[in-house]
Formats: sequence, structure tokens, C-alpha cells
Amino acid sequence: MRMSESRATLALVYIALSVLLIITLFPIALLILNSLKPSTEIVQNPLLLPSQIRWDNFTRAWEDANFGRTLLNSAVLTGLTIILVCSTGSLTAYVLARRKIKTWKIITFYLLATTTAPIQLFLFPLYFGFARLGLINNPVAVAFIYTAVYSPFAIMLLRTYFLAVPRELEEAALIDGATHWQVFRRVYLPIVSPGILTVALIIGLYSWNEFLIATTFLQGQERLTAVVSFFLLSGQYSSDWGQIMAAALIIILPVVVLFILLQRRFIEGMAGGSVKG
Amino acid sequence: MHRLYVLPTLLINLAIIAIPAALTVFLAFFRWDGISAPVFVGLENFSRLWGDRVFWTALTNNIIWTAIFLTVPMAMGLLAATMMLVARRGSKFFQVIYFLPVIIATAITARVWQIMIYSPVTGVVGLLQRTGLDFGNPLAETSSALYGIAVVDLWHWWGFLCVIFYAALRQVPAEQIEAARVEGATFFQTIRYVLLPGIRPTITLMMIMTVIWSFLVFDFVYILTQGGPAFSSEVLSTYAYRSAFYDLAVGKAAAISVVISLFGLAATIFYIRIQAREFEQ
Repeated sequence: MRMSESRATLALVYIALSVLLIITLFPIALLILNSLKPSTEIVQNPLLLPSQIRWDNFTRAWEDANFGRTLLNSAVLTGLTIILVCSTGSLTAYVLARRKIKTWKIITFYLLATTTAPIQLFLFPLYFGFARLGLINNPVAVAFIYTAVYSPFAIMLLRTYFLAVPRELEEAALIDGATHWQVFRRVYLPIVSPGILTVALIIGLYSWNEFLIATTFLQGQERLTAVVSFFLLSGQYSSDWGQIMAAALIIILPVVVLFILLQRRFIEGMAGGSVKG
Repeated sequence: MHRLYVLPTLLINLAIIAIPAALTVFLAFFRWDGISAPVFVGLENFSRLWGDRVFWTALTNNIIWTAIFLTVPMAMGLLAATMMLVARRGSKFFQVIYFLPVIIATAITARVWQIMIYSPVTGVVGLLQRTGLDFGNPLAETSSALYGIAVVDLWHWWGFLCVIFYAALRQVPAEQIEAARVEGATFFQTIRYVLLPGIRPTITLMMIMTVIWSFLVFDFVYILTQGGPAFSSEVLSTYAYRSAFYDLAVGKAAAISVVISLFGLAATIFYIRIQAREFEQ
């Protein structure tokens, strides 16, 4: 689309966009800059460049946040959630998109309703129920909670990918004697696999970053996720600010790198799940 | 046969969301500490909330929060998205940068703002204080704590709206815009009469989601102020959380959750009606 404007308008537009750019990047720049400084220099002036680069902030952050353990916990939890959401979600999305069962409408509305259900509406009985069943500090149990919370979003997004598959392919396969399972497994899944990858990325991002459920259900030292471990490390009474910023950078770096590499997928997926069509 | 396909999703959803949600509604009529047997108290939890000053502060804060997020990030997102449409060159780059805060964990965003910006010791606010520009720590004042938190969430959130609006704006047919320009419409007239109506469904959907999300806001409040100072930045979700896990007043927490859900329910009905139109096709 074209909207040719005068040079003056264009200049104003770029200035305004750049101001927003600076506002967006300023806290991130502070985070990176101060992760390389000793605390005394942070107190003097958070805006100045470091007089000498302190890489030991990162080694201390790694040790104190127990990242060897907690990053692994986060990775396992994220991986489990991705597997659960993608496997159960693609089955359901297929059935709902192709209206394979009579109750597809009720199930769709039910899932839409749960996307907007507040976590507090089910958190308290769930916590005390899990406590009674001995499921606190159990990453598999938390992966199931994430799956319940994120699948409606994932299903709505996957549904659009299943809808794009031509029906003729399915009919041809059925005429050739394929079973319903083979139709799903051999015809649909390969075609919608880009959609599944997008969903995996977004669900992975959500699980990696999640705070409320992780801090409630995983409290044992050896079970903490990286984000919760960072939260505890950076609590009110700590004063090793360089180390805290270094720990923050360690957690967000893999996410940012992945995002820059695959930004189109992230953006289309996150936008597509909430705004369809 | 195909019924089996939806079974895993439904079983997980029922066990984690539906059944506990029903139990929450049930618990709202009981006094329970999470351990001993619940005691039925009728409407006592609700009548106590009615006379509870903190509850009203929290509810008011949620309403203020909704008002802020229905206006400021919407306007920022729409404005930036239209400007990106005009600029064209470099719009992809701007989009990626604006989206960055969305993908950073809320716990990290909260701490970076708390330490590097708001802190009187290590933050930019402290630096300004030392040069004589004294704002005080916004998070430590009862009058400004809520707004201090809202600024952090705005920074985190507006880029999402911007990217969504930009994607929608690009779907507006070029001929409509061309026609408006040929007719002599100014830049702002084009926005007002062609672009905004063109993406109205997207704006409506985002406004409904904003209302729903505004009543769920938790992370930033919990991490930045814990609802303080003196409950001035308390919202319903943090109040419910602390009632359940700090005061072990699970019945009261359940009653607050029911109130949150009632507000969400109204918005959810709109949401489902809009989505239903799409499913009918």
C-alpha cells in the first residue's frame, strides 16, 4: 500500500518512531551496560560506561542463581509443555477445524471461554489439591498446568493452519484406503508442521517466562525455574546489582537470539492467536 | 473414533481448570485455611469484602488500570502503526525492536525497572535526585505507586498492540487509501475515515482483551510493590493471592476470585460473540 507524504511529514514520522525506539531500548541498554559494571560504579552513575569490564558478574550470577540447575529445570519444563501442547493441541485443532464431531461448536466455545478464565479462579483449589496429592515441586504436574492454560490459545492458532489444508487431499487418501488416523498422521501433520513449529516457539516462550504458576508450585531449591531463581536472587535485600543484571541477561539472551532469528514466526503466531482472519 | 482425539485436551482442561474453578465458586461460601475441614459461612466472605477498605482500593485500582490500558497503549500502538505504514522503509526493523519488551520475562522487566530506573540508590531516578531533580521513588509513594507500575507494564505491552495494528493496517485495501488521497483527504482525515474504520474489528477485539487482562494483572504489582505502600497499589489478583497463601484465608481469596471472574465474564461474552461470527463461516 502507498501513502506518499511530503518530506516534512516523513521527517516528523521518523523522528517520532525513533523516540519510541529509544524509549524501548533504554531499559534494555541499562540492563546490558550495568551487567558489566561493579556495584560501586552502578551507584555512582547507572548511565556511564564501565571503567573496566567485569565478566565475573556473570560467573557469580551463574553460581548464586544456581543456573546450572535452574536453567535445566526451565528447559525441561518448557520442553515438556511444548510436547504436551503440540500433541494434544494438534489432535483437537484437527477435529475442530474439520468439524469431525457433532459437538465441535460446544467444545470450541468452551475452550474460548477458558482462554479468558482468570488464573485465580482455579489456582487455590488446584494448589491445595496438588499439595494433598504430593504434586508440589513436580515439574511434570506444572507442565500439565501450563498445557491446560496455553492449549486453548494453541488450538485456536493451529485450527487456522488445518483449515488451510485442501479437503481433496483427505478425500483422495480415504479413497486409497487410508484409515482416519493415517489421514491425520500422513496427510495433515506434514502440511501443518510449520504451524506446529510456530505454536511450539510461542508456547516455549510463555513457559520459559512464566512467573505466577512457577513461583507457586515449584518452591524447592532444586526445582526452581530460572526466572523464579532470578526473582529470589534479586530480592529486596541484595545489593550486588551488577550480578543481578548479569543473571537477567543470561535468562533473556537465548530468548532474544531465537526471536531475532525467527521473528516473523513469533510475531505472526502471537498476533494470529488473538486476532484471527 | 474422532471423539478420542479431543479427549486428552478436554481431560487436562477439566482437571486443571474446570473442576478447580467450580471448587473456587464453592469455597467462596466457606471459611477454610487450606488444611482443616472447611466451615460453611454462607455469604459472610462477600459481606466482609463489602466492608473491607482494601478490597475497594483494589477494585478501584483495577478500574483505573483498565482505563489507562484502554487508552494510552491503544493510542501509542495505533499512532506508531500508522507512522510505520507511512514510513514503509525500516518499518520491519522498528517492528522487531518495539516487540522486544513483549518477549522479555515480566519478572526480569520488573526488576530492571525497579533497580535501574526507580531506585533512589542505583536508578536513573536516584541520579536525577543527586543532580537536584527530585521526583522521589514513584513506587514508594502511595499517590504514585500504581502509576509507577503501570508505566512498566505500558513499556512491556504497547509494542504488542503496535505490531497487531500494523498487521491489520496492511490489510486495508490500497485502493481505498488511494481514492481518499485523490479526493484530497489530508493525512489525518485518511487515518480517521479510512484506516481506523478499516481495522475496527481488530481494535474492538484488543479492547475486549484489554478489559479481561486488566482484571488479571498480577506479576508487575506483585514483584514491584506487593500491593504497597499501605495497600495503595493493591489489585484484586494480588489481594486474592496474599489472602490465600499468606493469611491462609482461602474462602476470602475464593470470594475475591469470583468477583474478578464476574468482571471478566462480561468481557468474555463479548469476546465469544465476536469469535463466534468467524466460526459460523
